[in-house]
Amino acid sequence: MSSSSAFNDEKGGSSSVGEPEYGHDPASGGIFSSDYKRHDDLKEMLDSNKDSLKLEAMKRIVAMVARGKNASDLFPAVVKNVACKNIEVKKLVYVYLVRYAEEQQDLALLSISTFQRGLKDPNQLIRASALRVLSSIRVTIIVPIMMLAIKEAASDMSPYVRKTAAHAIPKLYSLDPEQKDQLIEVIEKLLADKTTLVAGSVVMAFEEVCPERIELIHKNYRKLCNLLIDVEEWGQVVIINMLTRYARTQFLNPNINESLLEEGGEKEFYASDDDEDDEEKKAEAAALAKRKPYVMDPDHRLLLRNTKPLLQSRNAAVVMAVAQLYFHLAPKAEVGVIAKALVRLLRSHSEVQYVVLQNVATMTIKRRGMFEPHLKSFYIRSTDPTQIKILKLEVLTNLASETNISTILREFQTYIKSMDKDFVAATIEAIGRCATNIGEVRDTCLNGLVQLLSNRDELVVAESVVVIKKLLQMQPEQHSEIIKHMAKLIDNIQVPMARASILWLIGEYCEHVPKIAPDVLRKMAKTFTNEEDIVKLQILNLAAKLYLTNSKQTKLLTQYVLNLAKYDQNYDIRDRARFIRQLIVPTDKSGALSKYAKKLFLALKPAPVLESPFKDRDHFQLGSLSHLLNTKAGGYQELPEWPDSAPDPSVRNVEVPEWSKCTSRKERKEKKVEKPFYSDSEGESGPTESADSESDSGSRSESDSEQTGSGSESEESVEESQSEEEEDEEEEKMKKKKKVDKSQPKKSESAESDQSSGEEQKKERKGVKQRRSGSESESEEESESESSESESGSEEDSESDTDTRKKKKTPASKPTAKDTKKESKKETKEISLLDLDDFAPTSSPQVTPVNNFLSSSLASDLEGLSLTDTVLAPTTIAPSASVRMYELLHRITGEGLGVEYCFNRQAFSPDPHMVAVQIHFTNNTSCETKNLHIEEPKLQSGMRIKEFPEIDMLPAGESVSVVMGIDFCDSTQAANFQLCTHTRKFFVSIQPPVGELMTPIFLTENEFKKEQGQLMGMNEISDKLTLGEKCQNDHSIIERVNATANLGRVPCGSDKDCRFAGKTVSSGSLVLVTVARKEGGGAQLTVNCEKMVIGTMLMKDILHALMQ
Amino acid sequence: MIHSLFLVNATGDIFLEKHWKSAVSRSVCDYFFEAQERATEPENVPPVIPTPHHYLISVFRHRIFFVAVIQSEVPPLFVIEFLHRVVDTFQDYFGVCTEAAIKDNVVVVYELLEEMLDNGFPLATESNILKELIKPPTILRTVVNTITGSTNVGEQLPTGQLSVVPWRRTGVKYTNNEAYFDVVEEIDAIIDKSGSTVTAEIQGVIDACVKLTGMPDLTLSFMNPRLLDDVSFHPCVRFKRWEAERILSFIPPDGNFRLLSYHVSSQNLVAIPVYVKHNITFREGSSQGRFDLTLGPKQTMGKVVESVLVSSRLPRVVLNANLSPSQGTYTFDPVTKLLTWDVGKINPQKLPSLKGSMSLQAGASKPDENPTINIQFKIPQMAVSGLKVNRLDMYGEKYKPFKGIKYMTMAGKFQVRT
Repeated sequence: MSSSSAFNDEKGGSSSVGEPEYGHDPASGGIFSSDYKRHDDLKEMLDSNKDSLKLEAMKRIVAMVARGKNASDLFPAVVKNVACKNIEVKKLVYVYLVRYAEEQQDLALLSISTFQRGLKDPNQLIRASALRVLSSIRVTIIVPIMMLAIKEAASDMSPYVRKTAAHAIPKLYSLDPEQKDQLIEVIEKLLADKTTLVAGSVVMAFEEVCPERIELIHKNYRKLCNLLIDVEEWGQVVIINMLTRYARTQFLNPNINESLLEEGGEKEFYASDDDEDDEEKKAEAAALAKRKPYVMDPDHRLLLRNTKPLLQSRNAAVVMAVAQLYFHLAPKAEVGVIAKALVRLLRSHSEVQYVVLQNVATMTIKRRGMFEPHLKSFYIRSTDPTQIKILKLEVLTNLASETNISTILREFQTYIKSMDKDFVAATIEAIGRCATNIGEVRDTCLNGLVQLLSNRDELVVAESVVVIKKLLQMQPEQHSEIIKHMAKLIDNIQVPMARASILWLIGEYCEHVPKIAPDVLRKMAKTFTNEEDIVKLQILNLAAKLYLTNSKQTKLLTQYVLNLAKYDQNYDIRDRARFIRQLIVPTDKSGALSKYAKKLFLALKPAPVLESPFKDRDHFQLGSLSHLLNTKAGGYQELPEWPDSAPDPSVRNVEVPEWSKCTSRKERKEKKVEKPFYSDSEGESGPTESADSESDSGSRSESDSEQTGSGSESEESVEESQSEEEEDEEEEKMKKKKKVDKSQPKKSESAESDQSSGEEQKKERKGVKQRRSGSESESEEESESESSESESGSEEDSESDTDTRKKKKTPASKPTAKDTKKESKKETKEISLLDLDDFAPTSSPQVTPVNNFLSSSLASDLEGLSLTDTVLAPTTIAPSASVRMYELLHRITGEGLGVEYCFNRQAFSPDPHMVAVQIHFTNNTSCETKNLHIEEPKLQSGMRIKEFPEIDMLPAGESVSVVMGIDFCDSTQAANFQLCTHTRKFFVSIQPPVGELMTPIFLTENEFKKEQGQLMGMNEISDKLTLGEKCQNDHSIIERVNATANLGRVPCGSDKDCRFAGKTVSSGSLVLVTVARKEGGGAQLTVNCEKMVIGTMLMKDILHALMQ
Repeated sequence: MIHSLFLVNATGDIFLEKHWKSAVSRSVCDYFFEAQERATEPENVPPVIPTPHHYLISVFRHRIFFVAVIQSEVPPLFVIEFLHRVVDTFQDYFGVCTEAAIKDNVVVVYELLEEMLDNGFPLATESNILKELIKPPTILRTVVNTITGSTNVGEQLPTGQLSVVPWRRTGVKYTNNEAYFDVVEEIDAIIDKSGSTVTAEIQGVIDACVKLTGMPDLTLSFMNPRLLDDVSFHPCVRFKRWEAERILSFIPPDGNFRLLSYHVSSQNLVAIPVYVKHNITFREGSSQGRFDLTLGPKQTMGKVVESVLVSSRLPRVVLNANLSPSQGTYTFDPVTKLLTWDVGKINPQKLPSLKGSMSLQAGASKPDENPTINIQFKIPQMAVSGLKVNRLDMYGEKYKPFKGIKYMTMAGKFQVRT
């Protein structure tokens, strides 16, 4: 009964006394008095011999501690109860003790003996908890006792106690750093522990006490890698972060070859292969010593393989840790696997999103391709918090490329209408950055921004002006129109920053707008006194610049403005006025500087660089606090640079290998250390590779293994002659071996390392060379592997990173491919196949020649094609027979199965958003092909495929046509998929020309004009052209436009104009094309389309068609 | 690692503090309050705030800020994830995680925090272990505690921390052995103003409630596991088995837990179960605006769309809305401009609509943005991706458990742009 009354007391107490006391009002005296009183009764309760009373008292004390109230004066009363038998009381006493022992060191000593007794308890849990509390008491006097207890616990039978010991280490270290050496000994001992329970805790201790003693990890490295998956989540994070640093010091950069390429010197690098001149050899050897061919250390591979499953962890911190490990350590081709997992984290709490997006933003700068397929996951929702919106915007901007810019800009257009003005401003800046990065859309962006100038919201206008100013600075000559437009705006815009920007622009480019500039100055002179300071400064600038260029008109005005400024309140402005006057107005004793006035004011200014704030952030380890803050946080361990040459890998060998898996690894590895036997190492890395990538990207693993196959093939030819010699060398002296290591293996090995880093270009060349020197007799088979290789290469590119490489590669790989196919009779077809593949980034300027080629052949193909009435429904347009066929799978590559496809321009009935693609299979083999079907489409996000029904059987020599539907999402990105027969799978991709992404619609002339009126500004592109010779009459114009794009003719009254209308298949956006013929063979072509990039590309294609 | 934790309520009071190393003065939170002031919305408080000597990492949940104080480099996600785990644990223990619940159970909270971190490093975060150490408060136990004066501290020692299956407590006994699995899928979508889908994704989870005696070993297989594009598992799931056979094999924790969350591959079409016809217009120069919204079902596979709730934040110039719903009720908060319409079920024969006019601020120009419409709904007995559980088997124990699987589709972040 008494206890229940006590409980009620407590309840009452907390409501009547406790509450006001908690109200942050220590000034009122009543509280203190009641405080004292209450503490007295608490002491009484603690002194009683009833456990229930003690417990009640402790509960109340802990509640006080929790609220941040000072309860330290109760220390003597509480500490007495440390030996209390009641486990509940004891626990609460521990909580109290840990909190206040530091303040009451002497009294705390009273409790020590209890813990010492606990350390000897037969129950492991009691031992552990005694050690835990003992080490948590921050009393310096007991350091020796703690040290002793930790040492003892570190060799305890129970792993749980050992874990507690590991936890105690950093506690002792922070209390007394002097103990470091002894503690390191304990850490070393515990690192050797083989239980998962200890691993995480001891690595944490290692990180806090001696992160620099990396050598302690060597012997435990493989064990940690193997245990990792079973360690608890928090330990995993710590271990992975530590191993990232470790790997950076011990292994070689897996992307070394790429970085070498970037540095240049490609030529010499290859030359060393076939030129065996003596004099060159020396230089080579020196170069090679620096640039050893790269082979991934099996331990490096082990780490990558064992961390990968953890991407599936439910713990965001673990996923992030693995992601950063892959980012910092994995070969470029493999980094892609982390994208999916990181995108998954974006579903989590907003704080997690915030951190993940920061890291993704950094990653997207280096490896854009990785996140491109997930573009839509970064689309912004109106409910996102502003900070998340801005980060997503950053990521979207980083991801923008020629191919996806239209979708991104469309998104941006919606964002501009948001209510969140900070976000709108950020969007405008993002548009500016897209415009600077992607030259193609610069004009469209600029037009769009100019439209925003008439927005009602001042902030939007101001931000646009600022961004336009930056954009114009890049190419002012072409934009006097815009400058004029902005000059007009000065009457309306009130935001000072925007006004200042406009004035600066006019001043800077006053020569482009010679008539308007003085007038603007006149207006500004009138309002000078009412302007903000920054505007006044810019008026002065404008005046000075005009005076220098056009003194006749503006002399008086300038004088007037300078006079006004002379008496301004702001000293900066007075100062500036004085300065300018001295410089520009000629006086008797004008200074030496005035001669250079023009140079001073009208110097060519470098265009500002609009770049991501996340640039170069990756020198901080990703996922770290320092990375997030972009400053070094205390205790941050710098991520070391890769070593130039690998430290001795044998340090990780363990004398007595305990786990069978490792034994085999080790042996294999040792073998490798002794003699670089490529076929061997190949065999090892091959399966690993495919096992790793099995789940996520079938195509990559496939292409990998293909490469491996062909790679080893070519190696053999060289190695044959050398192999015997090499085997002997194993026993021979170091010197000779070194020499061989450096020179001979390099050839074949670099072939291997190339493929791992995805550098086909290099490899292909080498392949060619080796083949020539080695065996000329290799025929069909060889070229087959070659072409399949180049195909898989392009596929890999389209899905994965490094777009810069893509550009570089495209032109380079073509000639080589052609070379190899010299003996192949199918040369022309081969080329067209490759070209189609290369056609991929249609819009990039680098491939325009290809584009030319295609459209010319397209035109010739279409010669003789006569379309009488294009106004009719889509089905009657373009009979499929006359449609251009594209090669999907050459019959040699396809082992006798030839596949072609064409866009038959029929509506795809199962899904109107899909483009119908007619696929024509021809079986050229002598036996039948079965089960033709599609598998594993690899599509850009949003794209969809409707597969054709499986073809059960295709007899020899027969051919069959089927229709499939593809929703290209209105982009010209290729749809990649596997074409499977009963025996084989082929990677193929279908790339639509932009004109096939639309379907004709019927409009009347009035409707057309109305729609056109709504698609002005950013959505309208127009250009002048000269019609080709054969293209002077209406008929041929219609024919050509129709050949290029699937559009319907709009009937119109005037005979000068031809109009065409269509809509994109996927989103149904209108596409309007007008060709207005002028006298003398000229014409004006106008394309209106909501999707700007579609418009731009269509424009280009039609221009080509018409000009021939 | 984590030095201290402060719990801050919506009004900016620190109502709980816990230190794992030397006490840090609560004045460090002043930096946090500053940042809070700068960010107008609580969601916009930066999760990481650097101060001269410390770093503050905070999460905001249930209208409480959990502010952790850090002194040196630590992965921010590590702390954030841990804080969320703390909130989840509180929710698990007290049913809700509110200021009142925490204040009422301050001793339990303190004991939990003590067990979850040791010297700032996570120690026991599995709810099964924690429940062994500290019994969650139940009504019965509160009564018993009142009479006997005992606390919730478990009598026995935490054996779970020693076992190889740290997520499952030992000696579990039930008279009715049952295992329930809920497959819940959420559709995240952005629909543009013309009604076409900008982006749509399906995210799903399988939540389990397993009450089985002993140490059961379960396997769960799907009819169509290839649907799952990206998955993340509870630590109990054997990853190798999944990789090899696409079968979930696990020794379940006792009680409620999230077995799996997954993402359905984006190549599959997402059936959008509702459509919205909207016409929200503001006329230039007049102080009236029209609001017209109709909902309808689409691709629901014959299932009823339930618990539909439409919400939208109208532009700032809207003073009031005078609307009439054909079914359900609507509210408009003139301060936050939040319009919510609780629709209920969608009857395909009689489509629910909300029509009427909005009165705008006099003299203000027409807003150039149109509001986004957020929609919530539930469709029971259907997994929109078509995912189906094939079978559930139990090994390791002799009894026959009762098994149940439930499917449900919900709207995740489902937005319609207008």
